Amino acid sequence: MLYRARSLLSRLLSVCLMAAVSMQSMAEKEVERWGLNMTEGVTTVSRDIFGLHMNILWWCVGIGVVVFGVMFYTMLAHRKSKGAKAENFHESTTLEIIWTVIPFVILIIMAIPATTTLKQIYDTEEADMDIVITGYQWKWKYEYLGQDVSFFSLLSTPIEEIQNLKEKNPNYLLEVDEPLVIPINKKVRFLITANDVIHSWWVPDLAVKKDAIPGFMNAAWTRVDEPGIYRGQCAELCGKDHGFMPIVVKAVPQDEYDQWISERREMAAKLKAMANQTFSFDELYSKGEQVYNTVCAACHQANGEGIPPTFPAIKGSPVATGPLAGHMDMVINGSRTNPAMAAFGDQLSEVDLAAVVTFQRNAFGNNMGDTIQPIDVLKAKQQ
Amino acid sequence: MAHGPAKGFTRWLYTTNHKDIGSMYLWFSFAMFLLGGVFALVIRAELFEPGLQIVEPELFNQMTTMHGLVMVFGAVMPAFVGLANWMIPMMIGAPDMALPRMNNWSFWILPFAFAMMTSTLFMEGGAPNFGWTFYAPLSTTYAPPSVTFFIFAVHIMGASSIMGAINIIATIMNMRAPGMTYMKMPLFVWTWFITAYLLIAVMPVLAGVVTMMLFDIHFGTSFFDAAGGGDPVLFQHVFWFFGHPEVYIMILPAFGIVSAIIPTFARKPLFGYSSMVYATASIAFLSFVVWAHHMFTVGMPLAGELAFMYMTMLIAVPTGVKVFNWVTTMFKGSMTFETPMLFSIAFVILFTIGGFSGLMLAIAPADFQYHDTYFVVAHFHYVLVPGAIFSITAGVYYWLPKWCGNMYNETMGKTHFWTAFIGLNLTFFPMHFAGLSGMPRRIPDYNMMFADWNMISSVGAFLFGAAQILFLFNVIATIRGGKKATDEVWENPEGLEWTVASPAPYHTFSKPPQVS
Amino acid sequence: MSSNQDNTVEHEEYYVPEQSKLPIFASIGLFLTVWGAANWLNGDANGPMYFFAGSLMFAFVLWNWFSIVISENIQGLNSPQLKKSYVIGMAWFIFSEVMFFAAFFGALFYVRSLAGPWLAGEGEQGLGNDLIWPGYEHEWPVMTTPDMAANGDSATMRGPEQNMSNPGLANWLGWLPFWNTAILLTSSVTCHIAHGALKKDNRRQFNIWLGLTVLLGIAFIILQIEEYVHAYNEMGLTLESGIYGATFFLLTGFHGAHVTLGTFMLLVMFLRSVLKGHFKSDDHFGFESASWYWHFVDVVWVGLFLYVYVFG
Ligand code: HEA
Ligand code: HEA
Ligand code: HEC
Ligand code: CUA
Ligand SMILES: [Cu+2]
Repeated sequence: MLYRARSLLSRLLSVCLMAAVSMQSMAEKEVERWGLNMTEGVTTVSRDIFGLHMNILWWCVGIGVVVFGVMFYTMLAHRKSKGAKAENFHESTTLEIIWTVIPFVILIIMAIPATTTLKQIYDTEEADMDIVITGYQWKWKYEYLGQDVSFFSLLSTPIEEIQNLKEKNPNYLLEVDEPLVIPINKKVRFLITANDVIHSWWVPDLAVKKDAIPGFMNAAWTRVDEPGIYRGQCAELCGKDHGFMPIVVKAVPQDEYDQWISERREMAAKLKAMANQTFSFDELYSKGEQVYNTVCAACHQANGEGIPPTFPAIKGSPVATGPLAGHMDMVINGSRTNPAMAAFGDQLSEVDLAAVVTFQRNAFGNNMGDTIQPIDVLKAKQQ
Repeated sequence: MAHGPAKGFTRWLYTTNHKDIGSMYLWFSFAMFLLGGVFALVIRAELFEPGLQIVEPELFNQMTTMHGLVMVFGAVMPAFVGLANWMIPMMIGAPDMALPRMNNWSFWILPFAFAMMTSTLFMEGGAPNFGWTFYAPLSTTYAPPSVTFFIFAVHIMGASSIMGAINIIATIMNMRAPGMTYMKMPLFVWTWFITAYLLIAVMPVLAGVVTMMLFDIHFGTSFFDAAGGGDPVLFQHVFWFFGHPEVYIMILPAFGIVSAIIPTFARKPLFGYSSMVYATASIAFLSFVVWAHHMFTVGMPLAGELAFMYMTMLIAVPTGVKVFNWVTTMFKGSMTFETPMLFSIAFVILFTIGGFSGLMLAIAPADFQYHDTYFVVAHFHYVLVPGAIFSITAGVYYWLPKWCGNMYNETMGKTHFWTAFIGLNLTFFPMHFAGLSGMPRRIPDYNMMFADWNMISSVGAFLFGAAQILFLFNVIATIRGGKKATDEVWENPEGLEWTVASPAPYHTFSKPPQVS
Repeated sequence: MSSNQDNTVEHEEYYVPEQSKLPIFASIGLFLTVWGAANWLNGDANGPMYFFAGSLMFAFVLWNWFSIVISENIQGLNSPQLKKSYVIGMAWFIFSEVMFFAAFFGALFYVRSLAGPWLAGEGEQGLGNDLIWPGYEHEWPVMTTPDMAANGDSATMRGPEQNMSNPGLANWLGWLPFWNTAILLTSSVTCHIAHGALKKDNRRQFNIWLGLTVLLGIAFIILQIEEYVHAYNEMGLTLESGIYGATFFLLTGFHGAHVTLGTFMLLVMFLRSVLKGHFKSDDHFGFESASWYWHFVDVVWVGLFLYVYVFG
């Protein structure tokens, strides 16, 4: 609480300072913190867009100066208190034509580069690699097409920071457990879709924003110049945690990327093999707790009490304390009646599924005492 | 032979008098403005600093949604209809609206519709939480049960709007006093005439799209579900075919009000009357072919993207004509700055700023960066708050003495203006920066890099809210007493409304005046 | 429920009723109707009660409203200017109805010509869609939904078994929509003839042709019901039959509802003429607006016939 009060105070102070001190004299770092303008980004397209943005902005400022300039002049010069006498003119075809034509010409000047840039954005042909991006409530799935690599990417900011119990780190809400890794200087094509509602995949530095629409595949592309970590957020209202599904893209040199992808492929193979292994209750339980907290707790809450009536409790749930088959069915195939409870069968590995079901049946006072093995999940899936 | 108003509260329930109905619309709208404003204050309080403190994300989304819906359908639209009711018959020399009973009906549907809409806040699963644009499938497959109530509320208030619009069209076409030709009508009448056509053309489309939702939700159709061959984006096309003209429905009457006020206080006739009429008509016409500029990122084909970009940009031309006409009207006038004039001048400047950001949004490639950020929120509040709300406020100050026969308190009016003006710019200007530096809209929590702008916005919002209390107070005080207003109220204002007594008698123009 | 018009005072040139209880009760009725409907749909047991109570109230108020308007006209309160207001009102009301249908036609064109092909992977927007819906081919009517193409038997969004489309010109005589078209077009003609007869003050002819129009309207409705029963029972074509079922039933359904309303309006006009001797050769707005409505419904049908059936 105390640190909050302090940070609040200091920010309020800095707000006052901001008003007092002119923008010019502000420290470089301060300007960045205040975030004044659009990012120039790290791709040709993002720089073109930034150029367009500044270009239109200056046109508007220019027109504004003229229009408001005349207004302020007349407000000062032609006031009754200064003895101004009103004239009576109220028509001039010449003037009307002039101020129809000039804006029109300005618009054409703006439209030409806009058209060029747009064409460039739409040129998704001849990509070096494809990544399928799927939006879920509330996480992203990245699938490297033809590489056997796919994973989910979730917010990794600790809940304590969100609830103001702990100081916020600089990447607050803009950090994930598994970033998307792409090579630099390669044309990467994103095929973007969604599993439930519409999301929008947006990374300002790449100037890519494309809606993820369930049932349709949208295409976008990027070619990043500089290695680095680029952060973005979901940009279409997608329900409760719309504000909590960030995107992190890590652009790395090609060799680093190659190494990463081969590690990933190995991991995937290992995970598959694990589906035939048997685990102890404790292993499954603790693994399950982890899965539960990252995946399920968004709705069912960390304490298992859910947010009734929208999200039912797991604690004492008739399903989680009922027959195993029903519980497995709910988790693997999702709810028949409520699409918010998605089919996790194809989102989680067999191990994770076994673990989370084991956890749910034994945590929060649900003392069912059973242990579910990955093989049971496989069997249930086949039914 | 004119009757006075009936006694008791049944006067308001059963009335067919355009002035009574106009007043009810205005009061209703103000109440909704406060309600929507309270929702906005909840939003701003939560966004005062990073972290979740006041409301949970679910409730936050409900606040955003209800704020948008209540402001658009409950505050701005009814306020304009209220002004139309009061002023159009007086401006064209008509005894009343053309269809007086239907007029009352149009009004009385609204309180019920909004009672129904607001009641969803107390329902199981909460109020609509999918934004005022209610995109499917968030608003269909994934919606709370209260969405059904929302759908029917939209249906009936749509019916109210359509009837209101028909009434206005019939009044203008049929009830003009002898000699009041179309090209002699005050611009407020003209802009409303055109707005009414927009309403009749798009409210049924809104009804259509909510009906499709209803069927997707309850009867198993698949309009917005690709699995069955439908398309979630279909929703957006139909919605914005309504939605874009809708935003002009919220600004064209404002143009009319400002075009009445500026000449009065510049003591100079409106510059370019006929080009104003043509510009309004062009804006209305163009508004039907630009809807997809709200959807640049949904993945339309390039050709569509370009066409919608060009069309949208084109709207700047007729709108510019209007702005230039207002400025030229002021030029070489003999200006005074009473409260209505202050609000009108602020309207011209701030609306133009909002228009500029609109034009920036229209540039499709740039919109890829702007879309769904606070830059958009800044844009539309600049056209809606100093646009729609300021024009309505200006109109109320301008005509209030005519309505109730008393002069409002000028000092308080000016105080209201300056507080509102400062509050508003504090609230909405920083949103441009927050948006440009990457803050998405409709989020309850954000990274610290947006914190400072948000804090300023929140402070501004409360200041702006406080200003509205002053307004309420001033209006009530004026109705209850104050310096008597003359029939003309202002110095040589133009228009038939100034030829009748102040307060305007219950029935004006039972015999039509002759307009020269 | 009549307005408390002071009859001793000469009415103003443009009749403005002093007060009316109609609107507030109409609002309450309307509100109860939709409130009930929403509760009903959400499974509340009291929903139907509110819904029916509201509808009844609403119908009752409207009935009174029209009676009052008619009696005002008979009393001679309605100046030519007022009548023109009614004319304008009706005309623009019909325009609003046109726009309502436009939304559904727009939806039809969009899914047919744009969304469908994209789902099947065609065009620049189709890129990658075959990853989601492998095997989906777009055809209209959509008999095999994307879901069925991709998921086979486990699909939940299923297309119809048969559709209503054009069976080929040679088979039109056995094709119900053709007969419906014939009926509706004929009824527009009979309605027009009735109007002509009324203008010539030929009451007998008017009643006959108007009565005939009503009968044709009823015939259309019966056939339409027959078509729906057939669709549900034998063709496996329901509201849930993918996008084809959705567009088919909403377009024809809303049209059918409008035909029903139109028929009812014409029936009322018929009864007013037969039982009460209403309408004069130069004063018959009630009938006239019903007939406009009827022509409008007819025009919509032509659009439906072309885009839902013939080229469907
Ligand atoms: C009163 C309401 C109103 C008005 C008048 C406008 C006016 C305009 N709007 Fe705005 N708009 C909204 C309300 C309004 N808008 C709302 C509510 C949304 C968000 C909806 C949502 O998603 O929730 C929105 C969103 C919105 C978007 C979508 C943004 C996005 O989501 O990504 C776009 C994109 O093109 C846009 C463009 C425009 C343009 C070009 C105008 C033009 O009409 C502006 C024209 C005016 C001028 C340009 C200024 C005056 C002209 C001159 C001085 C002449 C010379 C000027 C030049 C040549 C530059 N608006
Ligand atoms: C005409 C329309 C209109 C008006 C006037 C306003 C007015 C205001 N709006 Fe609104 N706004 C919208 C239309 C409008 N807005 C729309 C369409 C959206 C998009 C919604 C969506 O995303 O779906 C939006 C979204 C929106 C957001 C973004 C929310 C989000 O993305 O999550 C924010 C955030 O600050 C905001 C703020 C405000 C503020 C501070 C005001 C202020 O001007 C309000 C000032 C008024 C008051 C503060 C009332 C005064 C009352 C009191 C002080 C209390 C007294 C109480 C009693 C007497 C009971 N608005
Ligand atoms: C997006 C929100 C969401 C997430 C994430 C989520 N669930 Fe659910 N869950 C629901 C909803 C909603 C229901 C209620 C379904 C119904 O009513 O049929 C539910 C129901 C359940 C039930 C049945 C409870 C009962 O008593 O009815 C179980 C068990 C369950 N979920 C397990 C899980 C597991 C395991 C995970 C994570 C792997 C998970 N859920 C993640 C929303 C979610
Ligand atoms: Cu996902 Cu917003
Ligand atoms: Cu728009």
